[in-house]
Amino acid sequence: MNIYLDSLTTALQLIITADAVLLEIISLSLRVSLSALALSCIFGITLGTMLAIRSFRGRGVIISIVNAMMGLPPVVVGLIVYLHLSRSGPLGWMGLLYTPSAMIIAQIILITPIIIALTCQMIEDLHEDYRDLFASLSVSRLSAIKAYIIDARYSLLTVILAGFGRAISEVGAVIIVGGNIDHLTRVMTTTIALETSKGELALALALGAILLAMAMAVNLAATWLKHLAKRRAYA
Amino acid sequence: MPNSLLPITAHQVSIIRKGRRLLNSLDLTITNPGITMIMGPNGAGKSLLLRCLHGLISSDEGEIHFGQKPMEAKIRYRQSMVFQSPTLLRRSVYANLAFVLKDRRMFDPAKIDHALNMVGLTHLATQSARLLSGGEKQRLVLARALLTDPDMLFLDEATSNLDPASTKIIEDILRKVSQASTKIIAITHDLGQAKRLADTIVFMHQGRVCEQTPSDAFFDQPISKEARAFLKGDLLL
Ligand SMILES: Nc1ncnc2c1ncn2[C@@H]1O[C@H](COP(=O)(O)OP(=O)(O)O)[C@@H](O)[C@H]1O
Ligand SMILES: [Mg+2]
Repeated sequence: MNIYLDSLTTALQLIITADAVLLEIISLSLRVSLSALALSCIFGITLGTMLAIRSFRGRGVIISIVNAMMGLPPVVVGLIVYLHLSRSGPLGWMGLLYTPSAMIIAQIILITPIIIALTCQMIEDLHEDYRDLFASLSVSRLSAIKAYIIDARYSLLTVILAGFGRAISEVGAVIIVGGNIDHLTRVMTTTIALETSKGELALALALGAILLAMAMAVNLAATWLKHLAKRRAYA
Repeated sequence: MPNSLLPITAHQVSIIRKGRRLLNSLDLTITNPGITMIMGPNGAGKSLLLRCLHGLISSDEGEIHFGQKPMEAKIRYRQSMVFQSPTLLRRSVYANLAFVLKDRRMFDPAKIDHALNMVGLTHLATQSARLLSGGEKQRLVLARALLTDPDMLFLDEATSNLDPASTKIIEDILRKVSQASTKIIAITHDLGQAKRLADTIVFMHQGRVCEQTPSDAFFDQPISKEARAFLKGDLLL
C-alpha cells in the first residue's frame, strides 16, 4: 500500500514540477513520432489518393497488401528494421541502429499503411461523387488531386490523428531498434516498460498518465472534427 | 454569331454493355440553335446519349461530330453539363463557383457576383453548398455550368423535383442563354416544360431516336406511334 501511494505522489510531483528527465523523454517521444508522422503523411496521403482515383492493373492487389500491412505486429517490424540496420545488415553502414532515426524508420513502416489505407477510403468516396463533375469540367488530374485533399480535409485530419495515436503509443518496434538508451533513445513507452520492470513505478506512472492524456486528447480531437465536419455538411 | 459546335451529327452510334445495345445504331442530326428537348420513357437511353455527346463515355460503334469535327477533349471544353443529381463540392456556394474559374485560370470576382445574382443566391454566397435546398442546389449547378460561357449546355432532368419558383428561375435563364447563342440540349419528363421551352423535341425509345419534330407539331401530332403512345400515357417499354 505504501509503495502504491508513494509512487502516486512521486509521479504527481514529477508532473507538477515539470521534471527535467520527464520532459526530455516526452520531447524525444514527440520528436520521433511527429517526424515519423510527417513523413508518413507525405507518402501516405499522396499514395492513398493516387490509389483511390487511378485504375490500373494490380490495384486490388496493392490495396489488399496495404490493408494487410495495417495489422503488422510492431515487434516484427522492429525485428525487420533491426536486421536491416544492424552492423552486418544491408544498411548497417549508415550506423542508424540505436538512434532516433531508426525509431522514426520503424514508426514510418508501422503507420504509413494506415495512412494510405484510410486516405484511400476517404478519397474513394469523394471520387465517386466528384468524378463526373471533374470529367465534365475537364479538370486536370493535378487539380483534381488538390481538390480531393482539400475537400477531404476533416476526414484526413482524423486519419492523421489515428496515425499519431498509433505512433506515440507503440512500444514493440522502438524498443528493439532504439535500444532504450538513456538520454538518447528513451521514449515514453519504452521508459514505462523498463521502469516498471525495474519496480520504479513513479516515473512510469507519470509518463503513463501523460500518454493517456495524449491518447484521450487525440480521440477528443477526432470526435470534435467529425462533429464539425457534419455540422458544416462537409462530411 | 453561328454556333461552332453545330451541327451535331451522331451516326450509327451504339453503346453495348453485356450484350445489350443500350444505344442501338442511333442516328441524330441537330442543326438548329435554340433549345432541343429529349423525351422518352425511362431507360430509353436519354442520359447515355447526353453523356456520349459530352464525351463522358465513348461509343462502341459509330461517330459523333460537332461542326464537322470529331468529338475530342477541346470540344468538351466548350460544353457544360448539369447532372440529374447536383454534384457540389464540399465548400461554400462561392467556392463552388470560384473553383471552375480558377481551374481555367480565368478567375474574376465580378463573374461570380454576376452568376450568384443571376440565380438569386447572392445572400447565400458564404453558406456551405451542401446545406442548400434542392432548388437552390440546382440553381447553383446551373450557374456553375454557365460560368465558362459554354457554346453548348446539356441538362439531364435539371428541374425535376423543383418548386415552381425555382423552375421558373431556371427556365428563364435557359431561355436567355439560348437566345445568346448557347445551344441547349435538355432531357425532361415535364410535358409542360417541354411545351414552354423547346424549339424541337427529340423522342427516344429503346436506344434509338424515333422522331425529331418541331415542338408545336410534336405536341399537336407526333409522327411515331411510340411518341403518340407516350403522350397518351400508355407506353410500351
Ligand atoms: N453502365 C451501364 N451498364 C449497364 N447498363 C447501363 C449502364 N448505364 C445505363 N444502363 C442501362 O441503359 C439503359 C438506358 O439508361 P439511361 O440512358 O440512363 O436511361 P434514361 O433514358 O432513363 O435516361 C437503362 O436500361 C440502364 O439500365
Ligand atoms: Mg436518365
